[in-house]
Amino acid sequence: MSIEQAVTEAFHESMELPADVDVTALTYRGHPAWTSLGHMALVAALEDKFDIMLEADDILEMSSFQKVVEIMGKYDGSH
Amino acid sequence: MVPIELDGRVAFVTGAAGGIGRAATRRLLEAGCKVVANVRALNEESRALFADYESAHPGLVTVVEGSISDSATVEQAVKLIFQQFKRLDIVVNNAGVLHDAYLGMISDEMIESVLSTNLVGVLKVTQTMSRLMKRQKSGSIINLASIIGRRGNVAQMVYGASKAGVIGATLSASKELAAQGIRVNAVAPGFIDTPMTAALPVEAREKIISQIGMGRIGTAEDVADVILFLASDLSRYVTGQVVGVDGGWTL
Repeated sequence: MSIEQAVTEAFHESMELPADVDVTALTYRGHPAWTSLGHMALVAALEDKFDIMLEADDILEMSSFQKVVEIMGKYDGSH
Repeated sequence: MVPIELDGRVAFVTGAAGGIGRAATRRLLEAGCKVVANVRALNEESRALFADYESAHPGLVTVVEGSISDSATVEQAVKLIFQQFKRLDIVVNNAGVLHDAYLGMISDEMIESVLSTNLVGVLKVTQTMSRLMKRQKSGSIINLASIIGRRGNVAQMVYGASKAGVIGATLSASKELAAQGIRVNAVAPGFIDTPMTAALPVEAREKIISQIGMGRIGTAEDVADVILFLASDLSRYVTGQVVGVDGGWTL
């Protein structure tokens, strides 16, 4: 599974998004589900999926789907 | 006496080589915990201490060196805990410094030093470590406050402010984390016989002891036993509390 696919799954699972939502266009607070609470749920889902602990700076910088993919690329893709 | 068993649980203790931190680490090890022990900088004495722990409790102690006010140290600790154990059950936010100064004699460096270790470190450790606890939906965080943070004292404005801040952090974090099964409490020691208080002149010590209802200075073990209680399931329905361990000191 590619990093982009894994991140897409994490978005859908953590925010319980309908299948037709294009997560690649999402930005933080740009969708009703991506609130600060949704953000923490996303972080938990990413950590589970990639089996890592994200660094605090990375969590704060996750402002869009593309940025999340970029950040997750820094971690070893053991998902 | 009800024995407290914490077999298999993982604890992170900051300032683990100091008076109360040392006693808390020993109690947790005796209860069967795996302890990740933080010290600001290892020296001959603390190396010997951890060597003793290792021989008494083989494989149960891991040392993380560095200041917990430095985010890099906290990140290093959480990564180590995640990689080794995949879980964290207990945090003891103990690392602290005590500098006294009268108003007018307080330097910027002293304010920075006291607040960064006593308060900023607690905030960083709590935020980072609670994320690991959230994954398992359980945990106990114990913050070392002080009677000075509740009552105040002459020449301790900065220290008192840092410890009052710890109490505020405890109350807010306990509210936010309760739904995830994570308890957050504070212990507020009174006058405790540790290297931090040993420098006090004899007359000053005796004056304080005369104000203590139980008529004696506290020991690090007096505090560590309350920490152990708060770490254990005996306190499973206790959160957002500040427990005084002061022998009835009427400060």
